[in-house]
Amino acid sequence: MNSTFEERMRESVNRPRIYFDHAATTLPRPEVIDTVATLLKESYGNPSSFYQEGHRAAELLEDARARIAACLDVHPEEIFFTSCGTESDNWAIKGTADAHRRRGRHIITTTIEHHAVLHSMEALEREGFDVTYLDVDHRGILEPEKVREALRDDTILVSVMMANNEIGTIQPIKVIGSICREAGVLLHSDGVQALGAIPVNPNELNADMMSFSGHKLYAPKGIGLLYKRKGVRIDRLIDGGAQEKRQRGGTENVTYAVALAKALEMSLADMEKESKRQTALRDRLIHGVIERIPHTKLNGHATERLPNNANFSFEFIEGESILLFLDKFGYACSSGSACTSASLDPSHVLLAIGLPAEIAHGSLRVTLGIDSTDEQINHFLIDLPLIVERLRDMSPLYSDYKRGVLPSLIPEEGSLDLEIAGGYGWSS
Amino acid sequence: MQYSDKVLDHFMNPRNMGEIEDATTSGTVGNPVCGDIMKMDLKIVDNIIVDAKFKTFGCGSAIATSSMATEMIIGLTTDEALDVTNKAVAEALDGLPPVKMHCSVLAEQAVKKALESYYIREGLMTPERAKKFAILGQCEHEENYEHCGCSDE
Ligand SMILES: Cc1ncc(COP(=O)(O)O)c(C=O)c1O
Repeated sequence: MNSTFEERMRESVNRPRIYFDHAATTLPRPEVIDTVATLLKESYGNPSSFYQEGHRAAELLEDARARIAACLDVHPEEIFFTSCGTESDNWAIKGTADAHRRRGRHIITTTIEHHAVLHSMEALEREGFDVTYLDVDHRGILEPEKVREALRDDTILVSVMMANNEIGTIQPIKVIGSICREAGVLLHSDGVQALGAIPVNPNELNADMMSFSGHKLYAPKGIGLLYKRKGVRIDRLIDGGAQEKRQRGGTENVTYAVALAKALEMSLADMEKESKRQTALRDRLIHGVIERIPHTKLNGHATERLPNNANFSFEFIEGESILLFLDKFGYACSSGSACTSASLDPSHVLLAIGLPAEIAHGSLRVTLGIDSTDEQINHFLIDLPLIVERLRDMSPLYSDYKRGVLPSLIPEEGSLDLEIAGGYGWSS
Repeated sequence: MQYSDKVLDHFMNPRNMGEIEDATTSGTVGNPVCGDIMKMDLKIVDNIIVDAKFKTFGCGSAIATSSMATEMIIGLTTDEALDVTNKAVAEALDGLPPVKMHCSVLAEQAVKKALESYYIREGLMTPERAKKFAILGQCEHEENYEHCGCSDE
């Protein structure tokens, strides 16, 4: 017999929590935690200091840099340590703008970038730069030819993310990169969600700069990377000492640099196996959810997406209330609903792929990781339908739909690839 | 952002959720585009609200404030219910996070919307009472929310 909502909620108390928000952050690997603990105790020297402790720290830092460079198949001098992915994005974009403003003031990006990129662009617009925001299609993919069409004589930078943090879509960076190369324009790509999950090789991708972040790949928060191709000139973002070849001031976070190297090596060693495993889990999740919950759509591309990302819209209900029940049932997930952010707008990414606001509000993002299991998916496929049903029972939109006075925007059988033409047409 | 235990309780175990088949009046406010919509059914006998039920599409605090509002108005005369403010609803829930105060406005609006059509239909609307409905003209989403269509409801 099927368990009821109340039974499942009660039972969940006895179950370990299920963490399904790896796109937000990840639990550092035990080996990484050990590395951090050891180094904090034993290697606290400042790499700039002129004595053994300092030399040892400098050695560790350069070793970490070399190992990371090897993982990306680039030169160690092309790797710069930063404090986070946000800093790397800011540095790449503002640093390029500052260094090349005499050549031109036009920058191209997309409407679905992370706020670290979009808000950097807005800051530049306030300084007089002209930014073109390219639209993506309803699956969240940027057509590379759009970049070519947007290029101008005064374009100095193109910035397109490799993989999206909300809907997981993977962009054709390689093609975009060769278009930029041909035009002699720099390409920056935010690879924060991609690194450790899918192969990332800046040379093959024709990318001149790439941003990465430690805490998305089982390393701690507070460490990021900027890959910058040799010969690419950008201004400093952080003024200070002569660290990082005079390009980024601040005493280096040696411990976390080593932790990041360790985490990245481990992710790459597992990548083939993990990517297959997580893709299988993801697809079972996606098909299971769409089969079990009527009026559900997948957001993003069905296949050109990160192995760990699933993003759904459930019609007639709102995302934050889904998250609250999921939390109560023992799951950590996220949503693009306005109510989960400080603003009143739903996710800019979901709006950019053409979802009407009323559908964007009802979204749920599930992101898996190395600690995700088949059993967790089994539980989720039991609990989520109960939660959605509970919320639909409370929804006046759902009763209007049932009464036949409101159309449904997502068909009952659901969809993996639905383009929604308009909303309910709600106005006064 | 953290909800009070009372908000979570009213969200998880909403009171008076549903519809009243033979409602005396009902009011719907909000807009799915803004992410919340509330429908309030009232059963009124001899000017007393003998039953209230709600249905809400929205976040946790929208559901909790609807639930609390129904609890607060059942048993009141219609005139007494007009004096139940959004602040009172929020206080009864041990407060709401500042970004969620608009949800309590929505709850007050839903009750008023239902009462407004009741007074008009029954020929009971007086200039004195009409003053109490000013909140219906307002968008619960404050001034900086331009593309919200709820103010012209
Ligand atoms: C695509 C993308 N870019 C940038 C960032 C920012 O990274 P960090 O949290 O390290 O600043 C994130 C993380 O939220 C992200 O997902």
